[in-house]
Amino acid sequence: MREPWWISLIKSAVIVNLVMVAFAYTTWLERKLLGRMQNRYGPNRAGPYGLLQPFADLIKLVRKESFFPVAAHDSLYITAPIISMFTALAAFAVIPFGQGWEIWKWHVDGVIANVSIGLILIFALGSVGVYGAIIGGWASESKYSLLGSMRTCAQLVSYEVSLALSVLGVVLMGQSLNLIEIVDKQDATLWFVVPQFVGLLVFLIGMIAETSRPPFDLPEADTELVAGYHTEYGGMRWGLFQTAEYVNMITLSGLAVTLFFGGWHFFWLDYLGPLWFVLKVFLFVSFFIWIRASVPRLRYDQLMRFGWKVLLPVATINAVVTALLVVWI
Amino acid sequence: MSPQPFDGFKGFAVTFRQLFKKPVTQQYPEYKRPVYPRFRGRHQLHRHSNGLEKCVGCSLCAAACPADCIRVVADENTSDNRVSPGERYARIYEINMSRCIFCGYCELACPFDAITLGNDYEISEYSRDDLIYTKDMLLAEPIKKVPVADRDLYDTPIPYYKEHS
Repeated sequence: MREPWWISLIKSAVIVNLVMVAFAYTTWLERKLLGRMQNRYGPNRAGPYGLLQPFADLIKLVRKESFFPVAAHDSLYITAPIISMFTALAAFAVIPFGQGWEIWKWHVDGVIANVSIGLILIFALGSVGVYGAIIGGWASESKYSLLGSMRTCAQLVSYEVSLALSVLGVVLMGQSLNLIEIVDKQDATLWFVVPQFVGLLVFLIGMIAETSRPPFDLPEADTELVAGYHTEYGGMRWGLFQTAEYVNMITLSGLAVTLFFGGWHFFWLDYLGPLWFVLKVFLFVSFFIWIRASVPRLRYDQLMRFGWKVLLPVATINAVVTALLVVWI
Repeated sequence: MSPQPFDGFKGFAVTFRQLFKKPVTQQYPEYKRPVYPRFRGRHQLHRHSNGLEKCVGCSLCAAACPADCIRVVADENTSDNRVSPGERYARIYEINMSRCIFCGYCELACPFDAITLGNDYEISEYSRDDLIYTKDMLLAEPIKKVPVADRDLYDTPIPYYKEHS
């Protein structure tokens, strides 16, 4: 039985709010974990264990002056963070987090939008999200912003190719582009991390590059380019760019969990689906933060060389080998 | 040593191990690190044991100050208003704490051991006007005391004026 449209609406409102809360506490988690790995406490003054720190940050950002560079192109300057954040949140609509439930007489799906080409939708939205960075940097009419946005765009586009190729193996094994069917296939056979470990490795590296996280964060490195494409943004507009980055992180972690780690399945305890999903995404996000604490930044030419000369061939070979094995085994 | 294949991954193990060690941060208001005995903190004007102020208003401290933050206006000691031993006393004695660099030259310049730099460093205020310390503020003992490190641990000679009043 199909889900009525108004249940999808309610669910999307609830999930968007939950993702925003998750983003706020991802910032808390990052500061605490990064602090602990660097032998110091994270924030521990704003509420017990610093748990109210995200609210303090939010209030600070909202109360800041909403300035506007005189030379900036008005409508584009305002639209850029909106594009980034919209695509980041919209990509979460196709990630399955549960098995679907029957509540009273209605059916509630375990995903907001059951799209038959869900995987392609996520990559498409990621590509449109690059526009946010380009427009933001260009509309700011400042040299640092322009250089930063050009670098960001080049980096994001190069690693998108490897990202898309690395999931080809999963698609071949899952026999579908629909994320729900991929998750169900993993329940039937094996979590795809076991046969596709090379694909997972490529996907992980591509994930870190797509979200501009360290070690691939040269576009927003403070010492290199002031702040890259968000140099001329302050207050809540900058907050929107940061939101887009962290929500991208959460969405791509959700995608990695769905494609390689069985989504919301956990052996025989499937009825607690969303809990396992949240736990796995939390582990992935912690992995992102762990990488940030441990590895220095890649220089821009090293970054581009790695993306095109190492990652792309590995992803291609992985796809070809998987195709051969699927056909002949 | 040239880089070996798995060195990058050992870095990850190092950061992961730090998660389980105790952080080395000292949490400030709960724990205040003890200052050394000769720490140069907030200024203090001293009195003799019979109640007379030691400061005679000679302005040697104002002359020695590199930041030019001390203001001294002297006045005659009359018989019914005797504030200091000697002919003059400092009627107005103000130090502008926002200019002071806490170098201690005024303490070295004073011939009567009247002005010294004590150990108090918690002197933040909400407005710049509150930072101009007048004579009675400087004469008073500090309200909050900071912990001072154990004198016996440090081989510092104690100045004459701190032992004899």
